[in-house]
Amino acid sequence: MIAPTDIPDRTNLQETFVLNLGPQHPAAHGVLRIKMTMDGEYVTRAEPIPGYIHRMHEKMGENRTWAQFLPNTGRVDYLSALHYNHAFVGVVERAARIEVPPRAEFIRVITSELNRISSHLVWWSAYLVDLGGFTPLLYAFDDREKILDLLEAVTGSRLTYCYFRFGGLCNDIDDVFITGTRAFVTQMRPRLKMYRDLVTDNIILRKRLEGIGPISAELCRKYGATGPVLRGAGIAYDVRKVEPYSVYSQFDFQIPVFPEGDAMARYRVRMAEMEQSLRIIEQALDKLPAGPVMGKVPRVLKLPAGDYCYAVEAARGRHMVRVVSDNKEIPYRVKLRTPSFSNLSLYQEASKGMILPDALALLGSLDLVIPDIDR
Amino acid sequence: MSFLTAEPVRLLLALVCIMAFVGLNAAYLVLAERKGAGRFQRRPGPNEAGYGGWLQPVADVAKLLSKQLIVPPGTDTILFRLAPLMVISPAMMCLAVIPFSQTLVARNINVGLLMVFSFGSINVMAIMLSGWASRNKYAIISAARVVSQNVAYEIPMLLVVITLLMVTGTMNLSEIVRQQAGWFWHWNLFKVWVNPLMPVTFVIFFICMLAETNRAPFDMAEAESELVAGAFTEYAGMGFGVFFMAEYANIVLGCSLGTVLFLGGWQSPFGLWSGVVWFLLKLYALIFTVIWVRWTFPRTQFYNLLNLSWKILIPISLFTLLLSSAMIKLF
Amino acid sequence: MKASILDVPRGFWSLLVGMRITLTQFFKPVITVPYPHKTLPIPARYRGPIELTTDPATGKALCIACKLCERACPSDCILVDGVKLEGEKKKSVTEFKFDFTKCSLCGACVEVCPCDAIRFSKNYNLASTSREDYLFDLVARLPAEKKQP
Repeated sequence: MIAPTDIPDRTNLQETFVLNLGPQHPAAHGVLRIKMTMDGEYVTRAEPIPGYIHRMHEKMGENRTWAQFLPNTGRVDYLSALHYNHAFVGVVERAARIEVPPRAEFIRVITSELNRISSHLVWWSAYLVDLGGFTPLLYAFDDREKILDLLEAVTGSRLTYCYFRFGGLCNDIDDVFITGTRAFVTQMRPRLKMYRDLVTDNIILRKRLEGIGPISAELCRKYGATGPVLRGAGIAYDVRKVEPYSVYSQFDFQIPVFPEGDAMARYRVRMAEMEQSLRIIEQALDKLPAGPVMGKVPRVLKLPAGDYCYAVEAARGRHMVRVVSDNKEIPYRVKLRTPSFSNLSLYQEASKGMILPDALALLGSLDLVIPDIDR
Repeated sequence: MSFLTAEPVRLLLALVCIMAFVGLNAAYLVLAERKGAGRFQRRPGPNEAGYGGWLQPVADVAKLLSKQLIVPPGTDTILFRLAPLMVISPAMMCLAVIPFSQTLVARNINVGLLMVFSFGSINVMAIMLSGWASRNKYAIISAARVVSQNVAYEIPMLLVVITLLMVTGTMNLSEIVRQQAGWFWHWNLFKVWVNPLMPVTFVIFFICMLAETNRAPFDMAEAESELVAGAFTEYAGMGFGVFFMAEYANIVLGCSLGTVLFLGGWQSPFGLWSGVVWFLLKLYALIFTVIWVRWTFPRTQFYNLLNLSWKILIPISLFTLLLSSAMIKLF
Repeated sequence: MKASILDVPRGFWSLLVGMRITLTQFFKPVITVPYPHKTLPIPARYRGPIELTTDPATGKALCIACKLCERACPSDCILVDGVKLEGEKKKSVTEFKFDFTKCSLCGACVEVCPCDAIRFSKNYNLASTSREDYLFDLVARLPAEKKQP
């Protein structure tokens, strides 16, 4: 394995050429353009050019009422839409001091963790398609279908959920959901073991990912990377433990951390996170209280003037919403701090000197969702 | 009527049958692969064209035939058109020496095994030519990679075959099959009293065969083409179809060679009723394994592939060669 | 050195384990549904494009044209109008134009309606070749014989 530091710096030679990893790829990354300056096989400079799906969500936040902005949150990161719902709903509740009934909090946690599992399944299967193994995609989507069916029966949507409301939820869950979720958890654990046997322990995959794409903890701190990228570099930072929100402090779960910092470590972090999400779901189902799912919310919602923020641990990292209110029905400013943007920003420095397939493996291991970058 | 039994007529008939066999296999192996892939992935595979999808290859061939044969300007005109032909003819020629049953062999040559390997190398040259003739920077890089991959895996394959030759003592493929008569433990795969590592030898042969035919998990030359062009990008329509057909013809050739050398060819596993049926059964079992391996594993990285060959397979095959010669000398 | 030698049989064993898993999956039944030959049941809360509800007794649309849904919609999809017929306490809807090209199925209109006059339909077969097919006129889509006079 050729270490990146062994390659002399040859950016100034005439032999470099520009390879455009255009906005459209066969690989499932989304509309991200990366301009790679290559010296033969080696990447000397990889410059990400985002913006191809900039849909001005933050500007829309300045033109819609607080409640009208909710559907936008699900579209920013469509794979973990419930986390983004949660962040915006949380910031409004924090600002307006709205009480959320405990049953609603527990259901929010259950559905969010289900969403986290389905997001990680999409990442896993798409990453493996990048690496050439097409079969695990179908197996993962079989499991994901069960999650989507559960959430569809409750929320009515399969992908871009708009389920949380200020003060609680849109509607309550029923017993079908509870038994279905328990059945899902029971059948998912052996499936995770199968994925471990089929893919994670596979020698071909290990040779493909071990030692590839090293991202040190220093690099993560420099660019503000969070989520599995940071936990794969050895730093145990998870918003659910560091700044517990909702009812996460009542659950017993671990934060998987792997110190190696290569693509395999990030891979293992996400697989272990799925396991931990199953634990959280089980505990939440056991502790689920009865009661209403909607708190008292004023009919016309105006937040007191000021600056408020709320952070959640989305599937990709730390997602924080900051709103500035001037006591009107419409926010003055909505700022979405998204994890994929920070995770992508370290790509240029991390991929210097890598061979092209390794650079692509690194890109896949960052788990980027492009609307998350562009908003 | 006597001219029908004359040798040239029989040879011609046999060659026509082989070409038909290769053609039908190439078409329907594609379907078998897609349906097999579907079953491994818990889905049906193509089932719309014709009942159960049996007309899908017909639709595919019709689509390929109907495309315009574009020859890009600046390419080497002769080599560009020659490369597809050069890729498929060795596969067909080598099948002429494979014994399908006791009597069904086109030409029983004494050095049949040598002929298969020498013609198999033409395949590599043809891919290099196709990459070169395309005058596409990425096609040349990709073709060069295929050549280095094929050369790297020829060596363990030849070492393994030499190990086998020590056991059989002859290069005549029909003779090799006849030596494996009897119950299935007489097959070369199980002859562990001659060479204790014979199953390992077969595994190495299988892996080398996968790498020679550029099948997954060793297909990075044609699949890295997701990003950069592969060796065959400049070919449109039937030109690409011929490369595709050649890949499957090579798989058939490799698997039939494996059947003949290791699994007893047309011999039945219990010594009775030998014939072409057993050959076909074993052949398609091996082809099923090839498809099974493709849809299970991700792709290897290029340097891992070369590492596997140079650092792992060659030492192991050298060791089996020494072991087998030592065993023969001593016992 | 020793680890890399031991890696070879261990790695080979992992390949065989993987192959066994895919082979067991080979013999299991197909999990996909051959749509459109077979369809799946639609859950009760499925969010299809909205439709007007009717009073089961009289067959009249329940909508009172209060325009709360028009104001709640984030994407300006809805255009409602109504007239107050004599003898009625509330208005009756005469026009309900719904632009589905902008709708994000957020449910704000359904939730804010004071008389449950809107609900999500279960219609998912919405493919079309022209944009005009998505400018729904929900009053015209009410069951024909129950249209209000």
